[in-house]
Amino acid sequence: MSSPIGVAGEAAPQVGTRGAVRGPGWDGRFTVLILFLPPALLLFTLFVVLPIGEAAWYSGFNWNGFGRPTNWIGFDNYRFVLETRAFWLALRNNGLIIAVSLAIQLPLALTLALMLAEKFRGAVALRMLFFMPYILAEIATGLIFSFVYDGDYGLVASIWRTFGAEPPHLLASTDTAMLAVLIVVVWKYFGFHMMLFIAALQSLDKNLVEAARIDGATRTQTLRHVVIPLLYPTIRLSVFFAIIGSLQLFDLVMPLTRGGPADSSNTLVSFLYNNGISRMRVGYGSAIGVILFAICVTFAFTYKRWFMRDE
Amino acid sequence: MRLLGKLGLAAAACLLWASSASADTTVKWLHIEVNPAQVKIWEEVARSYEASHPGVKVEMQFLENEAYKAKLPTILQSKDRPHIIYSWAGGVLKTQIEADVLADITDSVKSGGYSDTIAPAALAAFTSNGKVYGLPTALSQVGFLYNKDLMAKGNVDASKIKTWDDLLGAVKTLRAAGVTPIVVGGADKWPLHFYWTHLAVRIGGKPGFDAALKGENGGFAGETFQKSGELFKQLVDLQPFQNGFLGFKNPQAVGYFGDGKAAMILAISSFYHTQRALAADKVGLSDDKLGWFDFPVVPGGKGEPSDTLGGITGWLITKGAPKEATDFLKFFISKDVQARLAAGNFIVPVVKGGEAGLNSAFMKQIAANLAKSNYHQNFYDQSLGPSVGRVVNDVTAEIAGGSMSPQNAAKAIEAAYKQGN
Repeated sequence: MSSPIGVAGEAAPQVGTRGAVRGPGWDGRFTVLILFLPPALLLFTLFVVLPIGEAAWYSGFNWNGFGRPTNWIGFDNYRFVLETRAFWLALRNNGLIIAVSLAIQLPLALTLALMLAEKFRGAVALRMLFFMPYILAEIATGLIFSFVYDGDYGLVASIWRTFGAEPPHLLASTDTAMLAVLIVVVWKYFGFHMMLFIAALQSLDKNLVEAARIDGATRTQTLRHVVIPLLYPTIRLSVFFAIIGSLQLFDLVMPLTRGGPADSSNTLVSFLYNNGISRMRVGYGSAIGVILFAICVTFAFTYKRWFMRDE
Repeated sequence: MRLLGKLGLAAAACLLWASSASADTTVKWLHIEVNPAQVKIWEEVARSYEASHPGVKVEMQFLENEAYKAKLPTILQSKDRPHIIYSWAGGVLKTQIEADVLADITDSVKSGGYSDTIAPAALAAFTSNGKVYGLPTALSQVGFLYNKDLMAKGNVDASKIKTWDDLLGAVKTLRAAGVTPIVVGGADKWPLHFYWTHLAVRIGGKPGFDAALKGENGGFAGETFQKSGELFKQLVDLQPFQNGFLGFKNPQAVGYFGDGKAAMILAISSFYHTQRALAADKVGLSDDKLGWFDFPVVPGGKGEPSDTLGGITGWLITKGAPKEATDFLKFFISKDVQARLAAGNFIVPVVKGGEAGLNSAFMKQIAANLAKSNYHQNFYDQSLGPSVGRVVNDVTAEIAGGSMSPQNAAKAIEAAYKQGN
């Protein structure tokens, strides 16, 4: 619901160059505008702008979805959301996912990429292997891991038993449920970031690396002072994807824990679903949606402005 | 010109054909039933109705339970809404009536003495201000199913469990004997809310619930509901449930019981049936190994021991539905069909005489319990509507998980109730 915003607006102005050659400047560009802008604008308005506006409008009502909303309660829905403990838990969990993505997932992906970017026997097979989890559908992943984590029959349980310990029910405890979700998140998405890094590494200018080596730089020095600085654009992109992806995380959580127990593994989106949609509290749900939207937009624009200015 | 004439003729023919086709009525029936054996009987009933009513077609549509609940408000406001929809009565029904999306079928139901054939309490669940909006189809009761072998292993006499303290005692004895006392699907939350709710039914009785609805005696934050939480906590503190119970979904839990791994389950009467299908061997516990006792009483409680907690399910007619829809529904909820469904152990019937079809001792006992009950409380998560009902589920799961005190749980429900109304 957030990131595509920048995209549609940028497409239009670049089109005019050919028209400028053919006619007196503005005319050609005008035709192109008339022809190409309305469909995009219409779709964008209909499916992005209007729903956002509607959500903002609904968030001022106490409304169960029947008829027209009539019971205007101003900003009370926002107050209710902020007063809900589960909201802060969800926000904390989103923060955790971001932290883990940045602190564990990306370094892991980068390390693997550095090892697998070079050509050697089995490199392609290994890349495929690490990329596989990303291809798997989220719901399927969640279901598979709910079996893996099962404290009676799961893989985790049998590992525990081989050491003679009483197996834990990871998904059933408020202390471990989020940890279990985080492990799946890392497992599922590190391959994607690894691929991004591999692609970047392979398009690196080899001369620079070679020059460094000739100048007597060690492997670590080359890595620290040449390769990684050259990867910065990709790293910034990767961080961007990781953060937006964490904010939107939903379909992994539902089959694993549904946000439970006691809301300990809700993300903002699963919190929205559990407390807004399945309770028919359209106004309250919309308020959560608006808050999430505000977080995403603020993040996306600041990030683009501060870190991705050159791209 | 000739071509035009031909086209005109063809168009006229089309129109004629179309209008003759639209003289047929299609009754659209939306359901959520997943048991193919039961749907098969419904199909047969629909086909036999079509056979005796030429020009009427009954079309069945299916939605999965959770999807159904989520989509219903939208579906009901579409022009193409189904004519007959599934309902758990209670708060959701109340909102639907207020939103004016249901048809008032009082006259049709009262005509020819039809309404007299239906159990009054069940019909009342679908009646509001003297107007009937739908018909009940089945009742269920919440109580303890137990595994006779495991109870014997733990040396517990289930027939002696009458009070809440008896239950606590039984749990202690079973644990000491190394038997998992109770299995529960805590991840779904509502199986846990049965404990809290049924305790409230025992402690406060009907007056207690009615008073809370009116906001008297502190509403849902009042003494009755705080005490329900406290007694529930007494049970929770004994660690009566299987390991990892907060991660179990209800079907898993019922299967666990069917596998013979736990002595008891606080069950809806239909679990008697579903534990077979959900057991790992698809056989489950046979009749001679299964027992049932009613939810224990609380000494000093205002509720009668015969009061029951359970579901009342039925069908609603939506606004603008053809009269054939109501007619078909009356045909469907008739003695014969109900007896047939009862014979398959699918329902505890609501039509008088339908219970003749019941052929298992277990279902007969449930039917007798329900017949004797003066206060049948619909599930709280249905009767209070989704917004408050789910909070009841949340807080009971939190009491069970030890993350909320009984007092705060009761307060949270009252707060949600105030917010929602």
